Amino acid sequence: MKAGQRRSPGAYTGIPSWIYVVAAAGGLLVVLPLAAMVAKVNWAQFIPLVTSESSLTALGLSLRTSAASTLLCIVLGVPLALVLARGSFPGQRLLRSFVLLPLVLPPVVGGIALLYTFGRQGLLGRSLEVLGIQIAFSTAAVVLAQTFVALPFLVVSLEGTLRTAGGRYEAVAATLGARPGTVLRRVTLPLVLPGLASGAVLSFARSLGEFGATLTFAGSLQGVTRTLPLEIYLQRETDADAAVALSLVLVAVAVTVVAVSYRGPRRPPAGPFGSERRTTAVPARDRSVQ
Amino acid sequence: MSFRMEAAVAARGFDLALTVGPGETVAIMGPNGAGKSTLLAVIAGLLHPDSGRAEMGGRVLFDLGSGRSTWTAPHHRGTALLAQEPLLFPHLSALENVAFGPRSRGESRRASRKTALHWLGAVDAGGLAGRRPAELSGGQAQRVAVARALAADPGLLLLDEPMAALDIHAAPLLRRLLKRVLAGRRAIIVTHDVLDALMLADRVIVLEDGRIIESGPTRDILQRPRSRFVAGLAGLNLIPGTLTEHGLTTAAGQDIAGQHDSILDTEAAAAGPGVEEWSGLDAGAAAPGQAGVAVFPPSAVSVFLTEAHGSPRNSFPVTITDLEPRGDQIRVRAGELSADVTPAASADLGLAPGMAVFFVIKAGAVSVYPA
Repeated sequence: MKAGQRRSPGAYTGIPSWIYVVAAAGGLLVVLPLAAMVAKVNWAQFIPLVTSESSLTALGLSLRTSAASTLLCIVLGVPLALVLARGSFPGQRLLRSFVLLPLVLPPVVGGIALLYTFGRQGLLGRSLEVLGIQIAFSTAAVVLAQTFVALPFLVVSLEGTLRTAGGRYEAVAATLGARPGTVLRRVTLPLVLPGLASGAVLSFARSLGEFGATLTFAGSLQGVTRTLPLEIYLQRETDADAAVALSLVLVAVAVTVVAVSYRGPRRPPAGPFGSERRTTAVPARDRSVQ
Repeated sequence: MSFRMEAAVAARGFDLALTVGPGETVAIMGPNGAGKSTLLAVIAGLLHPDSGRAEMGGRVLFDLGSGRSTWTAPHHRGTALLAQEPLLFPHLSALENVAFGPRSRGESRRASRKTALHWLGAVDAGGLAGRRPAELSGGQAQRVAVARALAADPGLLLLDEPMAALDIHAAPLLRRLLKRVLAGRRAIIVTHDVLDALMLADRVIVLEDGRIIESGPTRDILQRPRSRFVAGLAGLNLIPGTLTEHGLTTAAGQDIAGQHDSILDTEAAAAGPGVEEWSGLDAGAAAPGQAGVAVFPPSAVSVFLTEAHGSPRNSFPVTITDLEPRGDQIRVRAGELSADVTPAASADLGLAPGMAVFFVIKAGAVSVYPA
């Protein structure tokens, strides 16, 4: 927010020049494959390819399930982030490790774990089956699989913001007579709204790209569980042009999502999620001024 | 209707008891880490003491100990906290910030706005009602924070160095404002500035290592310091030791001749409430063998290059550690002691840090009394 935190052109950076070369290689590793893919797009057939019935069905399913997963991530992730950042209870560190596990776990493993929980023979699945509820290989399974892999993104992002914001505003609010529920609603949540928003956007993006857990736990039924990544993988076998065109759609969505969550580089970068308290507490429009 | 508290926090070596009468403002002073902020946090309910009891106006704030575990949550205590930084909620306007307390108390939107406008007016910030905290200067924000704390109608207002983060121009303004709004209001103000204690408080309590070492009316405390900390605040030299017939003997065995100061003892004894909290001995009883202090102003100290003889005088061989300008004088510091000399005298003597000199004080200028 302060002008001094933004590097003015010509100021001393302290970066050796060879670092730029290596950094360029790193950037190319990401950009080059995307460019190669874009070069392969059959532009003449692009519109028909991405508007084919199966494509639109997959895209619609992806957007709907990702939106539902994001909502579920917010509902479950906000309390998780709150107790991890502010609470103090035995097993807190263990809980954090487990919540973050899906970040490093291969999604297919997550899918198998979900299957043994909610599947027909699973831990909870058997009881649910008695109640007439079947989750595995349904759209609900897609949402669950996506939530499983996306939840840590929201929790990490929000927990970081909560930590940098500190608990001092809440303490003042309490001494002013606000009960904990009021403090949460009128102070904590508005303060961490930017962190919550970027966490939600990241969760949405992760949900949209989920493949392994979805395929394992939900299968690939057109219109029911076949999301866009699954559709792309399937098309790749038969119609490479369609796969490339749909991939471009996903890239476009991803780029939009990233652009929305990181408008302009923020300085100082206190990790990818939070920044210092002032910036966090200031609406996004301040960040877009560059 | 008093506020009474005694509390111990073992982890911080904190153990003290205090009382604040209705309408009384008490200043808390002490070196860093003395437990000043711990005290406020315990009162506000932000920190659980290990044991103790506090009540305000007949209501128990906490009662903890063997078999007792009454705890009133911070939002039920009526102890609004004003911190060093304003901590205005950044997403709310100044008006909404001030209305926060009344709203939390259950006032309607309209009524709370009215209350907020009243208190904004009371701190001369009526024109800032619509501003966001980011659009306020440090002094303006702290004024709004004062209004916000007052609007919560606290039974006890806690101020934690409210002037410390303000610049040199904003601080006097806020001090005058606080003098106005604290009149007749029960408050505890933690401060590093003796001016705050003099201007805002009826009484000062000095903490050190989590305990009360001095307590009483601000003027008396400053006139008769019993600790190095307060002597430093009052700009006086203080030497602790054991009282003798004609003065005091230091731990190192040096005799200091001085005047036994008993007039002020009776004054302190008659000073009324608060004095009983002071953990020292009975005022007035200055018996030899008792712990005591010798106190004298730097202006009473002369600096000599050679030992000056003749009674009744005290002469201390010292090594100069620092010279600093102080008004139209030069303050000569030598460890814990200081002397004020004229610049001309300093130049004549060729004073410089590291020099060995003698600090000489007439016995008549040294006050000796029990610590």
